[in-house]
Amino acid sequence: MRQFLARHQTPVLLIVALAVIAALTAVIGADDIQVTLTEMLIRVTVVVGLYVFIGNSGIISFGHIGFMCIGAYAAAWATAEPSFKGIMLQGLPSLLQDNQFPFPVAMAGAIILPALVAALFGLAIMRLAGTAASIATFAFLIIVNSVYSNWDSVTAGVSSIIGIPTVVGPWTAFWFAAAAILAAYLFQISRFGLLLRASREDDVAARASAVHTIRMRLAAFVLSAALVGAGGGLYAQFLGILTVDPFYLGLSFITIAMLVVGGMSSLTGSVLGVVVVTAIVQVLRVFERGIPVGGTTLALPAGSQELGLGLLLAVILIFRPNGLSRGWEMAVLRSGPAKATDGAVLLTSDPNTLNAR
Amino acid sequence: MIQFIQNLIDAVALGSIYALVALGIGLLFGILRLINFAHGDMITIGCYALIVPSADVTAHLLIGGWTPLAVIPAIAVIVVAAALLTEALVFRPLRRASSPTLMIASFAVSYIIQNGILIAYGARPKAVDFWSGANTQVMIGDLRIPMLQLITLTVTLVLMVGLSLFLKRTSYGVQMRAAAEDFKTAQYLGVRGNVVIGLAFAISGILAAAVSLLTITQSGSLTNTMGVPLALFAFVAVVIGGMGNLVGAVAGGFLIGIVLTMLQAYLPPELRAFRDAFAFAFVILVLLVRPSGLIPARNIIERV
Repeated sequence: MRQFLARHQTPVLLIVALAVIAALTAVIGADDIQVTLTEMLIRVTVVVGLYVFIGNSGIISFGHIGFMCIGAYAAAWATAEPSFKGIMLQGLPSLLQDNQFPFPVAMAGAIILPALVAALFGLAIMRLAGTAASIATFAFLIIVNSVYSNWDSVTAGVSSIIGIPTVVGPWTAFWFAAAAILAAYLFQISRFGLLLRASREDDVAARASAVHTIRMRLAAFVLSAALVGAGGGLYAQFLGILTVDPFYLGLSFITIAMLVVGGMSSLTGSVLGVVVVTAIVQVLRVFERGIPVGGTTLALPAGSQELGLGLLLAVILIFRPNGLSRGWEMAVLRSGPAKATDGAVLLTSDPNTLNAR
Repeated sequence: MIQFIQNLIDAVALGSIYALVALGIGLLFGILRLINFAHGDMITIGCYALIVPSADVTAHLLIGGWTPLAVIPAIAVIVVAAALLTEALVFRPLRRASSPTLMIASFAVSYIIQNGILIAYGARPKAVDFWSGANTQVMIGDLRIPMLQLITLTVTLVLMVGLSLFLKRTSYGVQMRAAAEDFKTAQYLGVRGNVVIGLAFAISGILAAAVSLLTITQSGSLTNTMGVPLALFAFVAVVIGGMGNLVGAVAGGFLIGIVLTMLQAYLPPELRAFRDAFAFAFVILVLLVRPSGLIPARNIIERV
């Protein structure tokens, strides 16, 4: 039992840490803190989703925010007021147009639709490698953005979808973040995850050892799209109003920044990145709003929050290119007997040591 | 027929702008394996350098009001300085970093520049009246040829020929090509890495400066993210043209210009709003058929 816990402690610890944060939020109860932390927990789901693909495959994807957009709209289609949908979204099938579905149905849609799109799109692009793959995901983001901001009868175009029930608070967001962490961990220690990591380290050697790189990548791509899509669904039902604008380059940048700041080769890194970046952005936001100093208010000009984030990312890339976590996974228990065996065996048998680069 | 030729002229003019941007991006990619997102923001810097820094909506020309013979070198110097600065502060410390790390770093640089401009100039878009005299048209029979498109095409050709002469005929050019071929071996043979990389950034700065003057003359408006779409389309041009070779970058740039213009002209009206979606779907298609681009570079193929 102890060994089982020691072996799989990382996701448990991460989930406990987030639970503490969610509980503190509930105790403090102040509205703006609730909003900030709910948003943070939603981003954990999104960034962990990004990590499942980027962290395991080593391919940078700029397109995942497109899946978030798809997930958010799927949830909005299911839950927005039928009266609104009847007027503004006449292109929707009547099943969606005339009914208002509960939260679980909406979330199922927000998970399944992006996963389907990822499976189709992934089948096409997963055989591309490196930069070509990154550019293809970029193209995907632009395609999603172009389609969703112009398909007026289904997405309300550039105007917004309103009347989405706001049912997501810190605890709902927490449960989804926890589920995302668990899913990411299970994938990471699965045969697929291990083989994919092997191909990340040395594609040629992995292929030579009969690893179907493309199949592994596709599995990671679909799972990560599903998680990011779930994040989108949560986001829609957290805000209650939805437009296409936020799901573009800015959000892509911030989520990738979170992953890089935390360290993109470990699960702990992806969660840590979200927490650290959220904290920093929050501090900068306070300064931007202004701090009263003896009668006058000293405020940073608008844009300094983003500028600070950009500088932070650049500094971390230069001084800690592997992120704050450097591939480290959170652990308090020592995994006992396994350490005693031959180091070479340990390297191949314990999935966690693969993370230490 | 006339309409088609007209579309073709527009396509080539748009394509030549993308080709210029793609050249600047492709040059750095060839030597450093750096996909420089911040190249678009170099173009933005060139445009904003024309006006007085202020948060007013109406922009006042400062450098932009000088005679063309003074404006062109001044803007070139400013953009080149900015490009060299990003190299010294961010890309030099990261020289041994992997390609994805470099790409993310350039994303960060781009974000810093965009928001730096936002702080200095305010968030509102600005209107600028810069060389608007160039926006006249020449009629050849039934064909309408905007003066600016002729200028754009000429500038593109001159810069392209100039760059290729520089790369083929001068000692520095030969060193740059050697570095692009195999950076380590070139260094062992006496090519100074810092000089060559600095030079590449400087040349990409000059190309960006040219694009910024051409763009601002045509559009007459300034926003802090104006360079982003140009850079996006140019990346795609570099990738589908064949990464790591300049002919490919230029060909890709023209191809993107032609595809966009033709989609705009010949898509059924109800689908025209989805032009970018079609263009990028085409890009993915090209990548699927030729993953290493239309004109693959020899030195980029992985040898095992």
